[in-house]
Formats: sequence, structure tokens, C-alpha cells
Amino acid sequence: MKKTLVEATINGETVEFLCEPRQSLLETLRDVLELTGSKEGCLTGDCGACTVLLDGHAVCSCLVLGVEAQGKKIDTVEGLATQGVLSVLQNKFLEHASLQCGICTPGFLISAKSLLDRNPKPTEPEVRYALAGNLCRCTGYDKIVKAVLDAAADIRSQGEGKAAAR
Amino acid sequence: MPTVVIPALLRKFTGGIERVSVPGKSIRELVLHLGQQFPGIDQQLLVHGDIRPSIAVSIDGEIATGGVLDPVNEDSEVHFIPALGGGLV
Amino acid sequence: MAASTTTDNFKVIGTRPIRHDGVDKVTGRAKYGADYAFPGMLHGKVLRSPHAHANIKSIKIDKALKLPGVKAIVTSKDLPQAENKLEQSGEMVINPMYLSMNILAHDKVLYDGHAIAAVAATSPHIAEEALRLIEVEYEVLPPVMTVDVATKPGAPILLKDLRNKEEGDKQTNVAQHYQFKRGDVEAGFKAADYVIEREFNTAMVHQGYIEPHNAVGIYNSDGQATIYCSTQGAFDVRSLSAQVLGMPVGHIKVVPAEIGGGFGGKTTIYLEPLSVLLSKKTGAPVKLVMSRSEVLRASGPTSGSKIKVKMGATKDGKLVAAEIWMAYEAGAFPGSPVGAGAMCIIAPYTVENFLIDAYDVVVNRPKTAAYRAPGATNAAFASETIIDELAEKCGIDPIDFRLKNAVKEGDAQVVGPPFKRIGLIQTLEGIKNSPHYKSKLTGKFRGRGVASGFWFNAGMQSSATVNIHADGTASVVTGSPDIGGSRASMAMITAEVLGLPVTDVRPITADTDSIGHTDVTGGSRVTFATGMAVYEAAKDAERQLIERAAKVWEKKPDEVEFRDGKLHAKGNGVPPMSIKQLAPRFPRTGGPITGRASVNARGVGPGFATTLVDVEVDPDTGKVQILRCTVAQDAGKAIHPSYVEGQMQGGTAQGLGWALNEEYFYDDKGTLRNSGFLDYRMPTCLDLPMIETVVIEEANPGHPLGVRGVGEVSIVPPVAAVANAIYRAVGVRMLETPMSPPKLLKAMLKHRDSTKHSAAAD
Repeated sequence: MKKTLVEATINGETVEFLCEPRQSLLETLRDVLELTGSKEGCLTGDCGACTVLLDGHAVCSCLVLGVEAQGKKIDTVEGLATQGVLSVLQNKFLEHASLQCGICTPGFLISAKSLLDRNPKPTEPEVRYALAGNLCRCTGYDKIVKAVLDAAADIRSQGEGKAAAR
Repeated sequence: MPTVVIPALLRKFTGGIERVSVPGKSIRELVLHLGQQFPGIDQQLLVHGDIRPSIAVSIDGEIATGGVLDPVNEDSEVHFIPALGGGLV
Repeated sequence: MAASTTTDNFKVIGTRPIRHDGVDKVTGRAKYGADYAFPGMLHGKVLRSPHAHANIKSIKIDKALKLPGVKAIVTSKDLPQAENKLEQSGEMVINPMYLSMNILAHDKVLYDGHAIAAVAATSPHIAEEALRLIEVEYEVLPPVMTVDVATKPGAPILLKDLRNKEEGDKQTNVAQHYQFKRGDVEAGFKAADYVIEREFNTAMVHQGYIEPHNAVGIYNSDGQATIYCSTQGAFDVRSLSAQVLGMPVGHIKVVPAEIGGGFGGKTTIYLEPLSVLLSKKTGAPVKLVMSRSEVLRASGPTSGSKIKVKMGATKDGKLVAAEIWMAYEAGAFPGSPVGAGAMCIIAPYTVENFLIDAYDVVVNRPKTAAYRAPGATNAAFASETIIDELAEKCGIDPIDFRLKNAVKEGDAQVVGPPFKRIGLIQTLEGIKNSPHYKSKLTGKFRGRGVASGFWFNAGMQSSATVNIHADGTASVVTGSPDIGGSRASMAMITAEVLGLPVTDVRPITADTDSIGHTDVTGGSRVTFATGMAVYEAAKDAERQLIERAAKVWEKKPDEVEFRDGKLHAKGNGVPPMSIKQLAPRFPRTGGPITGRASVNARGVGPGFATTLVDVEVDPDTGKVQILRCTVAQDAGKAIHPSYVEGQMQGGTAQGLGWALNEEYFYDDKGTLRNSGFLDYRMPTCLDLPMIETVVIEEANPGHPLGVRGVGEVSIVPPVAAVANAIYRAVGVRMLETPMSPPKLLKAMLKHRDSTKHSAAAD
């Protein structure tokens, strides 16, 4: 099958790659671009392990084709840290022990980031609703929800701190 | 003398008796003497000269790991129970 | 060894450090099995049977081989002959013939999804296309889908060589019969004031790990093979693969990748020998990954079951007799956890008279594999419901009823030996004292239920080494794949013994060449048994440190002691020396220091849990909402409390899914109709509340730190707790799982009709 040349912005960098029309964005990220942080759990969009941001929207990359990335902005778990410094969300997941096997963690981090970008002050039900598309089998979600609520509070107070400092 | 508690499905070898006193200083000796007292029961417990892998031995309340090699005391109580691997069957 | 109580002043144990693999896991750097890639790697796919039960008349692969990009195809003809007998493979007892038949079907397929052939090609898409070109001729046979059908006289026989001891040479689908007996049940029931007898049915469910099975096999022309895979037990993969492939165990190296969940389902092999076989045929590394559909159809769910329980109590609330018949689906080959279920079903209680008969039955479903406390959840659903009913009949609070009958130290277990120190009573009291229990539950269609559960926990073999580095920091190497955060606990134990900050100890999970034999991560055994090996290896390193310091100080070793992370010379004022200060002296005092230990762990402490749950039932749809949930569990000693809580919460969540929605749905042809996460409905974030935990610490006297395995038992009570809560909410006793909306609604409507009629009849 003939490959298509695609240009996209991935984690802030302009990237060119070749992929077959039948390859999903997930497969393209993992097998072509060697960004294996996004995981394959079901290939039917039910588990959220492959969640990435596509032009700022959380999507299941298993339901997007690689060729659809043309001209788009994609953010994966590999882009959450800034020059190696973990984001607030990433740190909170570690502090709260919100991961056991960790396979769902990349997807949750992206979904949680998407939530907090839209809604900096979510309630617990709002957090649970936003994360309902990500399955976790290890934790029962308790510590994940606590981490996201704690991260939201932290980010808000950091923002307030910055505002006060001005 | 040590006491051996006979598993339910092997009580047909002992005429229904659940607890038997058997002499011996090791599991090997206990099984040997059990077989002498109740012919055939030792074949159910052993394969290739050691306790069958599907059987676990409990000595004085603790699962023992030495098979026929484990020592027993004069007042020891020994049970033979189905073995379960860790999280396995 | 006397265990410490929880009042010991540990410096590291009991704290909550960040796990050492944490950064890798939140940045996507951690390598799971499907993340591996090698130069020239091919991709494999497996052809699977669409029929539940059929003879294979022929397999034609020539068309598929001609597809450009296809490099090799294998069938069972490429595997060596396997013997039909029971054999020890590591700690497991297996039948090599059945193991081989499950990897690639021989002359028969036994379940929808049964592997028939495997293809290696230059891309996974080409491999899938090739599957469509393989021609298989089947002679379809009637499917045998339940224990009822399998045990009916004249039922189609699945395995022509299967015999059980009691039926002699007769072909059968009943693989095994277990029995446990004490006292006189008839006399017991005669003495009872209340006797309740019910039949329960539970549906087959899957462990539901998010990561599908995977394997990369690399076969070298010198006969040495390497397998990279996500597994709970690298040594089991090695010995089972060697068995199937007819290779020497020592010629296979298994490298355990990070693993995305297992819960018992990744303790056996499916793709691993195929990856090596295809690599051998092609000369290239070959990667296979299951799709979600394949995972559900063709890995190892746990048994559906039929359980009949009859229990009797005197009116003061004392259990006096139990008679139980249970049959579990083994799947296509023998080996359901019915024996374990039989040993767990009344394990939390002292019952003087009981008779338990348990049967392992083959059916045309995938061969069952372990699922977190295998067999116990099915059993507890049945027994804990009856206990609840008896408590109600006696007019006694359900927790108090359990307290009246609860086993404690010295009581005889169902299997005979007396318990050592255990914490069941403390978990019941923990629930009684919880904020949840003390809160009032008000509102219509709401109910509160409680249940308890038991699991043995395992000991088995583990090895560990502790290497002290040139800068005085250390690594601790074990063979236990980390499925839940255990490597942090291994580092914590090492750090505690050596008086090091936990960030100065690096925990490593090694491959089968780099560490001594270590049994599977499962059975709630890692913190217990591998922790024991780690403790002893650290102590071994400590002994060597003492010897080296003695050499440096020109004293005898018994004049030196190790205390608070430093070496001290007894007596006169020689200043103490830290490990960091001693480390540069290693070369001249004898060389590097490596502490080592191997155990076949004894002193296992069994686990108990009690779960309390509040539900609200929608009277129009039968949907159950979990309002509040608390689980109390005895951990012995919580090395890392966050991960102990995590195990309790995770097991509880799985139990709640098992209770409310999860089931395998086969049609009448034996085809699995819900082989995806949409219709195999596991709990999402929105389905669950926070899960409150009460960690009890009744130290296990068999472990140097008092540790008791915690990974499994929390999954045992929730199904019954939910059933008991539903009863209090809407007056319906559910006798089958899942208690999903259609089933509960049907039961509620039936109940409403019958109460209407009896009201009308008054």
C-alpha cells in the first residue's frame, strides 16, 4: 500500500512522516514516530488508553487515521513535561499513588489536562464525568480523582500567586 | 506419635477414620507407615517418590515446603490439602 | 521469627515515597511489552476458530503463504508431540498436551477464538489479510456451554482422553472432584433452628486488564531464544514455553517488560511460544499483540459457576451445619479454581459440621486462568448471601452475626490446620467503627449490605540480591514483575535494613538469566515472599558490611555492630562509619558487596476483608448506583500504605463490576457476542464513589516485618455485599450475577407481583 506524506505539529514540533492510509493515528504515533507513550487497549474507542489532544480536543487516537493529522496540532503524554520538568498533574499522580500498573496513566493525564484547560475549578462529579472515557482496572479511580482535584487546586493557587505577585 | 488428618476423599482407605496416629520423624516416614497401615493410600500421596505437586503438606499449621524431606515432631499434626499456586490453580 | 507489632519505629516502612518507576510511567517512557521494536522485526497475527466446538478436517496455508509480505505460517504440526499427563512445571502442575493444544489447536477446536495458526508478515495489516486466506475445513459439533449441559448424560465429550478418578475409564466432561468433610451434617441440620438453602449462578467474567497480551520472540541460529513480554511471571513463561516448544529451559531467556495489569490472567502463556516459533522459521524477531476481542475470546477468564448452599444456625446465631455443592466452568481444558472456592466458601466461620463437594467441569469456553483470589468470589457470593439471610432470621445484625461465628487464632480451617494470628474480627470491627457504618442511610430504594471474605495468600520461591555501589547507595534486584507498585516496597525494605534514604535504593525487576528463580507475581505473595528474600538479602549485605568494617578497624566482626545506618565499634570511642564512608574501602577488604537470599517462603499469613456498601436501585430500570463503599482488610504490616490502599480499592472496584454488569454473553452457537469493552461493561470513573479503606495491621508472625499479602482478598466480598444491599433496598434476593438492570428489573417485577398477590390474598 502506497504511503502518504503527512506534516503535523506534534508536542510543539513540526514533524513530517509517511504512513499508510489504513494506519490509525495511534499506530502512526507508536510504530512510525516511535512515540509509544499512547497505549493500545481496545482499538474501538472504549478504553481511552490512546487519548491524545487533536487541535486541543481529547480524542481516541485509535479512531483517527494517521493521514487525518495533516496540518493539525497533536499533543501526547510525551509533551506534558517541559524540558524534563513534570507538570503539576504528573506530579500529583505520583504523590497520590494514582497509578498501579500505569498503562492507563498517559490517557488519563491527557484527559485530565483537557478538563483542567477547559474548567479550572471542577467538582468531583465533573472530574468523574470528564474521565469516564478512560478505563482503569487497577485503582478503582479513587486516587486518580483525588490527584486531579488536588492538581486543579494547586494550579489555581499558583495562578493566584502569580496574579498577586504582579 | 504424630497425627495425620486424612483428606475426605482418601478416608475410603481408612474406613472413614479422619485422624490417625502414625509413627515417624519425617513426612517420608509418616507416608510410608500410613501406607503400611492403609494399603494404597501412599500411592495417592506420592509420585516419583515425593509428595504429588497437586498436594500441599501442612505441619503444625504451616504450609511446609520440603515435601517428603520435612521433619515432624512427636506431637506434630499433619494435613494433606489440595495445592494452590500463587494466584494460580 | 517473631514479628514486630505496628508500634515499631520504622524510618522508611510505613511512609509513602514516590515510586521509583514513577517518572517513566507518567511521561510515557516506561516500556511495556507492545512498546518493544527491533530491527527487521516482523508482525504476527493468529487465526482463531469461529466455532465453539468442531473437528478440524484440514488446514490449507498455501494461498496465504503466497501473499506478498508473508514470511511464515505455523500450525500445531510445527510443535513437538506433547504427553497427556500431569507434570510439574515450576510451581505449577500442568498437562503438557492440553497446554500445547491451547497454544495451537490439534485436531479439534474447543472454543470461539481457539488459536489454529499464526502468521508472520512485514506488517500487522498484511498478517491480518493473510489470516483471511488460510482455509480451514471444520466439522461443527454441538457446543457445550454450561455445567448443566456438560454433565447431562449423553453430553458431547470435549476431550476424548479426559478421565476422572471416580468414573473409571468412562469419557466425561467432569475433570475433578474435591471434597471436604467434617463432623455430621445431618445431625447439624437437625440441631438448627433455621435452615436456608439456595442455588446460585455466576457468569463468567474477565480480569479486564487494559493492556492486551503481547510477546516479541527472537530465536537465534545457535538455538538460544529471547522473549520480551508483559507477564506476571518470567520464569513461568520460560518453563511453559520450553515445554510447548520442546526446548531446554536454559535456552530461553524471558525479559519481563512493564505490565499493564494482570490480576492472574498473565500468569500463563498464549503468544510467547508462537513468537519464538515464527522467529525460528523466519530468522527475524516477531512481535504478536492480541486485539481486545482476542483477549476476551481467547485468553483466560474466570469460571462461571453453579453453587448450591444449605446452611443452618441455631436461633442464638451460631452456625451449626453447611452442605455445599459447587461446579465451576473450567473452560476447554481442566483447571478451574473450584478447589480453592471450596476451601474458601465457609473459611471465615467456625462450622462444626460441613460437607463440601466441588466439581471441575470442561465446557466450550476459553480455558480459565487465575483471577484475583480465584474461585473465592463466586463462593462468597453464595455463602455470604445465606449468612445474611440467617442473620435476618435470627434477628441479629449481620456484622454481629459474623462476629459470633468468626474464626480466630487457633480455630481449625476448613482444610484442617489451625489458624495462626489472623485479623478477620478486626476487619468486622473496623467496619463497625467506620464513619460509613455510623452514618445513616435514608431514602427510598436504598439499602446497605455487608460481606466478608478470605484468601489463603501464597508463599513460594523468590530470589533477591542487594548490590552496594561504590558511592554507598544500593540496588535491589528481584524477579518479581511489578504490577501494582511493589518495587517501591522492595526498595523500602532494603532502605530500612541498611539505614539508607529510600531514594538511594534502586529496585530492579530482572530477567530469567539475571536473578535466581522467582515464582509468579500473584497470590498476594510479592511483598510477603519476595519481601522476605529482599529482607534477608539486605541482612546478608549488612553482615558483609560488618565484616569489612571489622577489617578496616582491625577488630573481630562480633566487636562491630550496624545501627541506624552506620557501623559502630563496640567499646572505645572509634567514630561510627557510614556505608558511604566504607564503600571506597570495599576493593581492599575483599571486593564488591552483594547480599543475596533465596526463599521457598513459609509462614504465609492468610487475608481477610470485610466490605460495606450502600446502594440505590432505580425502581424503573433496575440500575444500581453505588452510593458509598468501605473496605476493611488485614495487611499485617503496610510497607507502603498508599499501594496497600490501592490494592484494596482496585479489588473492590473489580468486585463491584463483577456484581453489577460484567458477564460473558455467548449465543446458542457458542459465539461470544460481547468481546469488546463497550459491551463487556467494566466500571468507569462515573460508576464508582470514593472507596474508603480501613487498613488493619495484625502482624503475621511468619514474616520478619509482619507482612501479610494484600493483593487479592478485597475482590472476594463486594459481590455479596452488593446483593445484600440490594435486598435491603428493594426486598429482592438476587441469586445470579451480574445483578445487571435487566436481571434485577425482572426480579423486582416478579417480587412486586408476588407481594401484590399475597397482599390480595390476605
